[in-house]
Amino acid sequence: MNITILFFGQLAEVTGTSSLKLSGISDTDELKNTLRKQFPALEGLTYSIAVNKKMIQQKTTLKHEDEVALLPPFSGG
Amino acid sequence: MNTENRYQRQLQLAGFGKEGQDKLAAAKILVIGAGGLGCPALQYLAGAGVGTLGIVDFDTISLTNLHRQTLYATDDVGKLKVEVAAQKLKALNPEIEIIQYSIQLTNLNALDIIKDYDVVLDGTDNFSTRYLVNDACVLLDKTLIYGAVMRFEGQVGVFNLEKNNLKTNYRDLFPTPPDAASAPSCNEVGVLGVLPGIIGTWQASEAIKIITGIGTPLANKILTINLLQNSVYEFQLVKNPKSAKEIPKDTASFERFNYESFCNKNHKNVISVEAFNQLIKKENCNIIDVRELGEMPVISEFETLQLPLSNFRESISEMNFDTTVVLLCQSGQRSLTALDLLKKQHPKLKAFSLEGGILEWKKQKNI
Repeated sequence: MNITILFFGQLAEVTGTSSLKLSGISDTDELKNTLRKQFPALEGLTYSIAVNKKMIQQKTTLKHEDEVALLPPFSGG
Repeated sequence: MNTENRYQRQLQLAGFGKEGQDKLAAAKILVIGAGGLGCPALQYLAGAGVGTLGIVDFDTISLTNLHRQTLYATDDVGKLKVEVAAQKLKALNPEIEIIQYSIQLTNLNALDIIKDYDVVLDGTDNFSTRYLVNDACVLLDKTLIYGAVMRFEGQVGVFNLEKNNLKTNYRDLFPTPPDAASAPSCNEVGVLGVLPGIIGTWQASEAIKIITGIGTPLANKILTINLLQNSVYEFQLVKNPKSAKEIPKDTASFERFNYESFCNKNHKNVISVEAFNQLIKKENCNIIDVRELGEMPVISEFETLQLPLSNFRESISEMNFDTTVVLLCQSGQRSLTALDLLKKQHPKLKAFSLEGGILEWKKQKNI
């Protein structure tokens, strides 16, 4: 099972990439834990999560070829 | 007969016509922040013939604004943004009315200002004002056109506009604000000048669509635009039940809500203007101005050390502090970021960030 993760804003900077493919992740909580281990700099950063372009508010089951996007807030104007 | 019409090129658009132009002429749009987003938005809204444009900004023009804030010229440095903006817009289109609010928007004046407008455009540059504007628009049921930028990437969306039985707002997108360190500002990390030009123009386009009823508004959606990659990504928003519970439900609770502390709740070391004045009377402090060189207003009332945030980490690495440190900037946002950096390198140091920054200090001095 493969999923694609997209990073926006400063998340792309701290992870050093704008996208990533992962396998064997069953839900968004597991994904968050995996990312935190792989990229410790993500700890403490605020972001919202979308699965297949739709924002989620709670743990969501992930399926093969799902696309998960992590969006941080910007303040600049 | 003179058949030329200022609005000819949009009047001839299918679906726009005289009816669309009349709607624009009758519309009142409030632009909060006359900066990188506000300038281009205002120019196009004025050009299009929006009948009444309100502009809120308390700031003066600085040299570092000019690469992106398209209404201002080099000679305008030091002048009030709202005054120069109004003057330029009036020259562009004398047929419209422009209302200036040369004040800092707070939860005590926001409802009174916003209530007179049909649509609000968010061109602010900090989280506490963004949440404040959002909550005021939800409370007054006003459509809010959101835009935000950072480096090479921007976000645009429309809040509080019902579509398919769904009406979402900023708190549904980001229920809790980030701390200053995790979401740096443009002052600190920079922004490509054309980026707010594109996002602000996009916001103006949404405002015109919503007023005239053409096309599909970006309701319940956020677009992110990355100029380096030429990529656009769309997020569909959903209601957040927790946010719906937390948002102030009436005027009294809105006016009580402390947006500064909501957005900086991880910071215990914020010092109020009053406490700061007492502190510097009592003890010898090291007051550090973390604004970039040349930012206005100049501080002559007390001695400061200038260590701009862009180079702050490096500046403090070889310094020793033997007194209490107070960090200040324009509005109290950047000094919080500096405080985090300072605390990382000097964890035992007694240090504060001045709440509301030098602008708040100068304001209180004049009362």
